[in-house]
Amino acid sequence: MTDVSHYSVSDVTIESAYRGSRQVRALWPLLTAAMPGRVAMDAEASSQKEVDRVRAARMVAAQAGDRAAYEALLRDCIPFIKRVARGQGVRPELIDDVVQETLFTVHQARHTYDPNRSFTAWLRTITQRRAIDGLRRGGRTRTREIYAPLEYENHSDPDSDPEEAAIRLDNTEVLKSAIGRLSAGQREAVEHLALAYQSPEQAANITSRSAGSLRVDWHRALKSLRMQFGRKD
Amino acid sequence: MTDADVNVRLAKVLADDLTPVRRLVPPGLRVLIWLAVVGVVACALATVSDVGTLIRRLTVVPEMWLAVTGSILTAVLAAIAAFQLSLPDRKASWALLPLPAVLLWIGASGVGCLRSWTGAETYAGPDVHSQNCLFFILGISLPLSLLLFVMLRRGFSLRPNLTAITGGLACASTAAALLNLFHPYDVAATDLAVHSLAVAIVISANTIFGGRILMSNKH
Repeated sequence: MTDVSHYSVSDVTIESAYRGSRQVRALWPLLTAAMPGRVAMDAEASSQKEVDRVRAARMVAAQAGDRAAYEALLRDCIPFIKRVARGQGVRPELIDDVVQETLFTVHQARHTYDPNRSFTAWLRTITQRRAIDGLRRGGRTRTREIYAPLEYENHSDPDSDPEEAAIRLDNTEVLKSAIGRLSAGQREAVEHLALAYQSPEQAANITSRSAGSLRVDWHRALKSLRMQFGRKD
Repeated sequence: MTDADVNVRLAKVLADDLTPVRRLVPPGLRVLIWLAVVGVVACALATVSDVGTLIRRLTVVPEMWLAVTGSILTAVLAAIAAFQLSLPDRKASWALLPLPAVLLWIGASGVGCLRSWTGAETYAGPDVHSQNCLFFILGISLPLSLLLFVMLRRGFSLRPNLTAITGGLACASTAAALLNLFHPYDVAATDLAVHSLAVAIVISANTIFGGRILMSNKH
């Protein structure tokens, strides 16, 4: 008997109506094979399998060090990651964070991919996990931070308070020493992007590095500084 | 620059950073390697233990078989679960795999404890053994845990704490199973308490230190 679990309601209804007839039952696989809905579903499943096969082949090439295949794979994964993250209930403004975390994870965990298993399923599980991490992080942020534009605007200027200025100077020294403990690449990114207020492109021209590489080092530096100041998120 | 551009640029940066990697050995094979080392340790300990007494006790007291089988099964199933969880795409439900074996182990040990209370066909061993048991379980678990976490670290767990807990359970139950070579008695209430304490210490230590080791890998 043909498995009908994935048919649409109309397919099942048609099958039920003719279930009593032996002749029609014998003809059922031929009838369903000719239905436009069934053909469309088969075509979609076949297309998804093909997409998965291409992704898996690219990942295998990436494991062997093929950069072009890897870049194509990661670019191809971005819309899929966004779709899965949305499905997990991640808010629109956090979707790109989940995309970037997932891409980093794929990069770090690429040696664990087994070509005998589906790449899409592998990526989906990692994305779902990263989306949950993102949701938790968002939840924690909401418990600590509130949206209060009036209070923000009315907050007194700390520059006018000598005590505040002294504290800030002290904090600056602490921050300088923390930045000094970063790796050379990360320090360079912080100095240009944060301290000199340069755009990634300007900093890239000055340092002869790519803007993307500076941005990655900037994010890593922020993470490292958070860890140094005892914050884990 | 829009966020979409940042994602595409990140893909480029990661591709530029790409180096060839050696694919991870399948989890089943890694479990077998770890169990092979455990087997070597067991054989080495068997040469210095009184295996004859253990076999005599096992033939006289049937639930001792169950307790020993439960601890061995727990070790094997917990090791399988830990190696599965060390991969990023595996479900958290793998952690439930050793649960039936744990129940068998605890249940059979509890029955042995009840027998020692009722006094029927039992020999609970001298009291001095209790503290030796504690040191034995801790001492055997330590090198097994180190080996296990070196192997687990090769993976990339997205649930480091859960992986560490199942890994700790694998090491503790292995040590408890090997303890039978030197402790072929029914467990008295104090023994059961000491064994449980030792297993709890091993699992907690693995969770704290092993979890950190696996988490450092994650970052």
